[in-house]
Amino acid sequence: MLKIIALRLLQGVLVLLAIYAATFFLVAMTPGSPFSSERAIRPEILAQIEAFYGYDKPALERFWVALVNMLQGEFGPSAVYANRSVTAIIAEALPVSLHLGGMALLIALALGIPAGIVAAVRRNTWLDYVPMSAAMVGICLPSFVMGPLLALVFGITLRWLPVAGWFGPNYWILPAATLGLVYAAYFARLTRGGMLEMLNQDWVRTARAKGVPERRIIFRHCLKGGLIPAITFLGPALAGIISGSFVVETIFQVPGLGQWFVRGALNRDDFLILGLTLLFAALIVVMNLLVDIAQVALNPRLKHG
Amino acid sequence: MADLASKLPLTPAPLVPEQLEQGSSLWSDAWARLRKNKLALGSLFVFILICLFCVVGPWLSPYDSQTQNLFSGAAPPSAQHWFGTDTLGRDLMVRVMEGGRISLLVGLVATSVSLLIGVIYGATAGYVGGKVDAAMMRFVDLLYALPFTIFVILLMVAFGRSLWLMFIAIGCVEWLTMARIVRAGVIDLKKQEFVEAAISLGLSNRRIILRHLIPNVLGPVIVIATLTVPAVMLLEAFLSFLGLGVQPPDASWGVLINEGQQNMEIFAWLLIFPAFFFALTLFCLNFLGDGLRDALDPKSAGD
Amino acid sequence: MIAGMMISNATRFFRGALATLCCSLLVACGGPTEADRAVEEGILLIGNGSEPKGLDPQLVTGVPESQLLRALMEGLVAPDPNDDLAPAPGMAETWESNADYTVWTFNLRDAKWTNGDPVTAGDFVYSWQRILSPALGAEYAEMLYVIRGAEDFHAGRTTDFSQVGVRAIDDRTLEVTLEGPTPHFLGMLMHTSFLPVNPRAVEEHGGMTDRQSGWSTLENYVSNGPFKLKTWVTNQVIEVERNPDYWDAATVQLNGIRFFPIDNVGTEEAMFRDGRLHLTHTVSPDKIPSFRAEMPDKLRIEPYLGSYFYRINTTRPPFNDVRVRRALALAIDKQLLVDRVTQGGQAPATGFTPSGIAGYPASTAVQYNPDEARRLLAEAGYPDGRGFPSAEILINTSESHRKIAQALQAMWKDKLGIDVGIYNQEWKVYLDSQSQLNYDISRAGWIGDYVHPTSFLDIFTSGNGNNDTGWSNAAYDALIRRARVAQAEDERMQILSQAEAILLDEMPIIPIYWYTRVYLKDPRVQGWEPKLLDNHPYKYVSLRAG
Repeated sequence: MLKIIALRLLQGVLVLLAIYAATFFLVAMTPGSPFSSERAIRPEILAQIEAFYGYDKPALERFWVALVNMLQGEFGPSAVYANRSVTAIIAEALPVSLHLGGMALLIALALGIPAGIVAAVRRNTWLDYVPMSAAMVGICLPSFVMGPLLALVFGITLRWLPVAGWFGPNYWILPAATLGLVYAAYFARLTRGGMLEMLNQDWVRTARAKGVPERRIIFRHCLKGGLIPAITFLGPALAGIISGSFVVETIFQVPGLGQWFVRGALNRDDFLILGLTLLFAALIVVMNLLVDIAQVALNPRLKHG
Repeated sequence: MADLASKLPLTPAPLVPEQLEQGSSLWSDAWARLRKNKLALGSLFVFILICLFCVVGPWLSPYDSQTQNLFSGAAPPSAQHWFGTDTLGRDLMVRVMEGGRISLLVGLVATSVSLLIGVIYGATAGYVGGKVDAAMMRFVDLLYALPFTIFVILLMVAFGRSLWLMFIAIGCVEWLTMARIVRAGVIDLKKQEFVEAAISLGLSNRRIILRHLIPNVLGPVIVIATLTVPAVMLLEAFLSFLGLGVQPPDASWGVLINEGQQNMEIFAWLLIFPAFFFALTLFCLNFLGDGLRDALDPKSAGD
Repeated sequence: MIAGMMISNATRFFRGALATLCCSLLVACGGPTEADRAVEEGILLIGNGSEPKGLDPQLVTGVPESQLLRALMEGLVAPDPNDDLAPAPGMAETWESNADYTVWTFNLRDAKWTNGDPVTAGDFVYSWQRILSPALGAEYAEMLYVIRGAEDFHAGRTTDFSQVGVRAIDDRTLEVTLEGPTPHFLGMLMHTSFLPVNPRAVEEHGGMTDRQSGWSTLENYVSNGPFKLKTWVTNQVIEVERNPDYWDAATVQLNGIRFFPIDNVGTEEAMFRDGRLHLTHTVSPDKIPSFRAEMPDKLRIEPYLGSYFYRINTTRPPFNDVRVRRALALAIDKQLLVDRVTQGGQAPATGFTPSGIAGYPASTAVQYNPDEARRLLAEAGYPDGRGFPSAEILINTSESHRKIAQALQAMWKDKLGIDVGIYNQEWKVYLDSQSQLNYDISRAGWIGDYVHPTSFLDIFTSGNGNNDTGWSNAAYDALIRRARVAQAEDERMQILSQAEAILLDEMPIIPIYWYTRVYLKDPRVQGWEPKLLDNHPYKYVSLRAG
């Protein structure tokens, strides 16, 4: 087990290096520069600015310099926002993103897994159809429609919740719900599928015939196996929630990483793009590792090399 | 987010040997099972209707999607314009139809790209096996760790918007699951007698892959492809929200929905119609995919 | 018949939904809103566009930053709450110039920085040296080229700042010598690039030419304006509070201002309707008619000194032919465009320099004339658009630019029979394409830095970095040069008029409309009057309950 983890971590480092290289050259190839300005700048002044950020050096040299700096934990300054290092931006925004993502994941699990179990157990009744149809709506409606709709209903019309900002618990609900509902839908479908697979096994029929109580069958015997698809999905879900919350962050004015990333990409803020891409990749690597461990723990059959 | 459906751990349908040996009856059995699945069949029917609506519709409509009428501006549904008009006075129905063409095209072409890469890659890995397989699949694992949405955004910013770039970018994102599933199917198959027979007959690797292996893993591939199309359409809609989608005057459903949500309180029809068709299409494709999976893999017996 | 009934039902449904929503807007249910509480506390809540890129007056370039700096800093003169031309006193109590407006003397008042230092004439010398230092790389340094020797210093041709025409005669007296007669110098002084900084704070945190100097962070900020920095939560809010040591603190009525950086216009509108803002930064154009109907007391539409136009790449055929450029310009029904697309009460631009500048009648040269446009296009060799090569409009990604481009695209197709594509790029990429002349037609906007036509006409001189059209005209350049040294203001205005006539005749640009500021304002905000440059001085603003 430890060996696998060590191996995976090593691979993770290699992935991060590859991602760094890919991002760096993609960004370097993009036309425009962080210093393109609406006002014309004298070429000699532009040269001064570029020298300040190290852009006077050839791309390959910048590649190494930035890499060495990053290995020392220094992600460089934002080229657009004064007095902000990428490290400081991450330090400020990552907790918010984790907070939003954690709440969204909780909502997703709290709604999705029970709904999936009930739907599987009460298959082909309204307890199956209603939550599953709702889940489909959650999957089929883009979050940039869901978000403003929730804001319109619960914010502006009912005046129950604030429509934007991140100032306290009542501000957290709408963005977390918007983000969480989509994933609740996925979890519900996966749990239902996993549970059905377990419930259809021959030994379940045998157990039922022998008069084992239904509750015992469900919770003692089927739940563990039935949850595997949902757990496998935890990794991508977490990664998706954290890196993919641009829309929700924009609509609800949440000061998380997503907003910074989109802004970085549109502003050509090179250091910020690099730092955030690496951070997202690192998060996904770690998540996948944790999920793998959880999977092995839940399902001993998976203990292969 | 949008690219998640493809990451769903769709357990590849473990193909049962008996069925494989008699290929034709596998398909007829599957069709028989699918026919009993009302939801999937209904979805297929509705999906075909939507496709017809989008493809044929614009030729039948008296309007074209570009003609503006700035004097009328956004008008609610009326006898002349059944879906109303948008803020530039263009007929919304034709725009929804043509938007559907683009969205479906993006979905289908990007899925085909992912299909092509995924099937070739997965089949090769599974068939060759051994260290090559291990290395190739490690590579797929590594790619799973990429924040892909981010790469698509960077690509779109870097190279500007073109429909073809979008196809390729999205296709490159979505092939991983496909490759995994194809590989698993191929490994299962490789153990079967007819493949061993083919190998012992000295058929070339290429021929074995093309003639025997790929046709036999088609079932799970169809399922995942059906589920990839909606995922791709969602990703395209998401790019539209960021302004990185299709170029005007063309508009995909994603572009129309995004325009609609900005004015949903005052011009509700601008959101309702494109969102309805978008969601309905995704509904159908998802149910159809589920149905196909159940039909092609009786053991998992969904509905 | 049945179809017809269904449709009228649908219409009724939408109208009903609309009515329900509007009612819910008007009926404020529940307790007091944030905005109500803020009125009680004397705190103004402003939607401020986007997160400021910094608060260093010598380095910032954007609108959100300058809105904040107007609360925090004060220059020699300050904007007047009503008058666009006559400035109010700021750090300078009085000022005078010589007869030809080339030498200005400012008598500074007894004012303090928030760190206790007195504001001196030397601070202004230091600040202006700082912005002109090539090593700082300030983007707006060219604003100061009006000062004698400033350009040479900025370009590195001299390194001796004493050669530049700014001198502290004593702590309270500042003398500025200009390149030429500039009666509108006071107007220019209101621009952020002329604001002072506290030399001690700058020196303590990295020195004069450090771009990443830490002096302008929340902890270290030193200011001299009516308000001082209180909190700064990234992407959430920046709060400023009343500065008790401000020289005119008695006039300041607000206890504080909260600036919310909200990029998304839908979010901002939702916040306003939810009672979380007193002023929005902007509104979505599509919603203006409904705001006009539903909340006429809150919708504000005011003239704004800016010009929306399309640049034409005059180095590329067929746009190197002036007849083609004129044809494109004359085929645009601008009245229709502003009535139906932009909808914000903008004026169709008949010239480049916007109307509203006292003493400078706006040009009326560019009128809608489709027949003339067709004739010109035919004359250029493209009768009814036949044979017109493919061309594209470059826009930066934005819903409103996209809509305008689509409307123009349709007008050109309809009136001239030519097909023009639309191509959008992200902001930085778009700027790059524009300055590399890598486009056919490109959308653009220009906001005046001060209320004078030179702020507009200067940019189309040959080789000006903001020209970006490849157009160059010796007669135009000569007129602009003559205007710089003209003795009398009416003579200067006349020369500038002639220059503009040449510009509009040659048409390297297509004027489209003159801007308006369109935003939502809580009626309880008092002392907030229309300003051509949108530079409302906060010290006169108050909140009246009820």
